[in-house]
Amino acid sequence: MANTFELIASSTAGGSVSSIDFSSIPSTYTDLCLVVSVRSAGTSIDNLAIKLNTSAANFTGRYLVGNGASASSASVDIGGQIGLVNGTATTASTFTNVSVYFPNYAGSSNKSYSADAVTENNATTAYALMIAGLWSQTTAINAISVYGQSANLATNSTAYLYGVKNA
Amino acid sequence: MPNPTRIEINCETGVESIIELTDAEVAELTYQAELAAEQKAEADAKAEADATAKDALLEKLGITADEAKLLLA
Repeated sequence: MANTFELIASSTAGGSVSSIDFSSIPSTYTDLCLVVSVRSAGTSIDNLAIKLNTSAANFTGRYLVGNGASASSASVDIGGQIGLVNGTATTASTFTNVSVYFPNYAGSSNKSYSADAVTENNATTAYALMIAGLWSQTTAINAISVYGQSANLATNSTAYLYGVKNA
Repeated sequence: MPNPTRIEINCETGVESIIELTDAEVAELTYQAELAAEQKAEADAKAEADATAKDALLEKLGITADEAKLLLA
């Protein structure tokens, strides 16, 4: 178990934005942990995804999802998917919470990541997902973007990036 | 109408910038949104077709969904 989590950077969207991007991530940690609280500015549930080093390519993964009525598992639909994000059709001021862990992000092997995500909605349907992802690139991760596939992220969406030492 | 913006935080300097997307980036976003809509439509159509096929099979067998579950348990 990691014994140090250090906040590298964080941001809160003051308005609707297409993405929250972390650049020039130092390579001095063992792992990275990205924690986001986001809402979509669009109406529908949207795919939430990341780009690594500005690229949305070379991602593969599997997910487990439950929505209160059914559960399923499949390959992820889009590159870098880390969850779903609830939009304006859901209860006002509710946000999706997602945590993504990147082990050995500065190493020279392909980069794996795991994500858990829950949408929020004071109604019957809300989603919980677990995702195992792989970015088949050997370069160190030095930039991470968080974005909704179909719509902007709403005001007050936040992202926190932690560096993990001694993992 | 201005293009959407993104937030960029430089982790070395701590400087946060609000950057307007380029036309190329907007085009890419639009493409991704269309792709997502297509994929959702395909998934919805498949789910509906699967449900219809399941109902038809149950009717053909003359059993209920609960009875089918019992058989498979």
